[in-house]
Amino acid sequence: MNIVVLIKQVPDTYSERTLDPADGTLDREATDAVLDEINERAVEAALQLKETHDGSEVTVLAMGPDRATEAIRKALSMGADKAVHLTDDALRGSCAIQTARALAKVIDTALPDGYDLVLAGNEASDGRSAAVPAMVADLLGVPALTHARQITVDGSAVTVRRETDDGITVLAAELPAVVSVGEKINEPRYPSFKGIMAAKKKPVSTLGLADAGIDPSEVGLAHATSSVTSAQPKPPKSAGEKVADEGDGGSRIAAFLVAQKLV
Amino acid sequence: MAEVLVLVDHLEGEIKKSTYELLTAARSLGEPAAVVVGAPGVAAKLADGLREHGAEKIYVAETESADFLTPEVSVLASLVEAKEPVAVLIVVSADGKEIAGRVAVRTGSALLGDAVAVAGGAEGPVATHSVFGGAYVAEAKANTAHPVFTLRPGSVEIETAPGAGVEEQVEVPAGGRSAVVSSREPIVGGDRPELTEASVVVSGGRGVGSADDFGVVESLADALGAAVGASRAAVDSGYYPPQFQVGQTGKTVSPQLYIALGISGAIQHRAGMQTSKTIIAVNKDAEAPIFEIADFGVVGDLFTVAPQLKDEIAKRKS
Repeated sequence: MNIVVLIKQVPDTYSERTLDPADGTLDREATDAVLDEINERAVEAALQLKETHDGSEVTVLAMGPDRATEAIRKALSMGADKAVHLTDDALRGSCAIQTARALAKVIDTALPDGYDLVLAGNEASDGRSAAVPAMVADLLGVPALTHARQITVDGSAVTVRRETDDGITVLAAELPAVVSVGEKINEPRYPSFKGIMAAKKKPVSTLGLADAGIDPSEVGLAHATSSVTSAQPKPPKSAGEKVADEGDGGSRIAAFLVAQKLV
Repeated sequence: MAEVLVLVDHLEGEIKKSTYELLTAARSLGEPAAVVVGAPGVAAKLADGLREHGAEKIYVAETESADFLTPEVSVLASLVEAKEPVAVLIVVSADGKEIAGRVAVRTGSALLGDAVAVAGGAEGPVATHSVFGGAYVAEAKANTAHPVFTLRPGSVEIETAPGAGVEEQVEVPAGGRSAVVSSREPIVGGDRPELTEASVVVSGGRGVGSADDFGVVESLADALGAAVGASRAAVDSGYYPPQFQVGQTGKTVSPQLYIALGISGAIQHRAGMQTSKTIIAVNKDAEAPIFEIADFGVVGDLFTVAPQLKDEIAKRKS
């Protein structure tokens, strides 16, 4: 089984994130960048499937600036076999639709061994559109099984327990398919020292737009399907009153809420 | 006037309130047209409510298909082509986001996700977004026809307005290969309000110390008729289930009143609640960053302060 995992380098959610004042895009240089946590779970899910399905291969696919190589290395050191990195200055500022189209194009045409299963995180911690896996599936013309808490592959049949706030839905489809994983699917492994050393020798093929057959007029900020017209930081909330509890802390909160007509 | 397609969110014929928010928002863009996709007979249960909230048209696409979300996607995509609507409005939810993305790629439309408001503009409809948990307010416009918007529940105040609600039956087109639903186990909702829709939220953090002790958070919440939230630290420690996590990697809430118990207020948490109208914090550590954004803070033990507050509120209510 050929498994492709979509991964993304994102700003660390423990650091403050800012928007570029010039064009309203995420200022990716201003923050620490990490492999998105949910992608680690997608890589882990791929590795577990590989372990139970002989002859499987795991390819990670990242779209992003040069810096995304760090995220790729992390995935390879966890145990993925090889990587494809779509990178081009013209991609900067691409919207979710353009991103999905570019990824689908690479999956469809630029993977020499094709694919049986595409795995992804259900929602990136930066964009949070939570739509890219389903959009990629739609563009590829294959089923989307999203928010997986559990994945079972039996022959060419894939079954997913999909868990969202609304409950659990069991979904079934035939491969090839796209599956996105939720937070509860697994605990990603830590790369071993051996894994880190091995990752340095694993093949990473870097594709520019021309290599992937993507027209530059289909991607990037200037051709995005939507444009940010204004972005303003909201003035931070200022601190109000702070008191030490002297046995009446709860009563004082109650008095404050009454004064504010909140109770 | 051009139509605005509104996807009706329902659970087996039970309307979700957010649909009425979308119909209210749709009026500022054009003529609201509700799109009902579901099992045969479902539209009859929903039509009156949709008319009361301004639906001028009701497109009815009833099907026995077990295909997952694909009927919604293909019905919306075919209506976009046939009716050339000014916009498509869908609620922000796991299903809504997915349907919106698929409709957008199929119809060559822009996707403006997670908006808190939509309004008509000189160059077409404009979305307002609250970014990074309210640290930024951004506006965005579409560069395509019939953009698809997803709107956060609770961001529009529902207004009733009579609509003609003329029903039109629509075919469910073949939607291509799809995942199929084999079974469903819906979550049985508790008595507390839904976290993202609640007007009061009481949250606990690492300071609560254990899953058992979360009872102190819950009982204050119940006295206030509030939803219960938890910080990432509390969720990661197993004190409370992940679906209640408030923060950068959890839910974003913006209630009238937010009470943080034993939460230090790391950026991870603040990004999910800092747009709350009034913030109350209780924490042992006087230097905790949560106090920087609290309207009223008490430096003290949450296990004495919260029960006392609960008793005071109970007294007032009796």
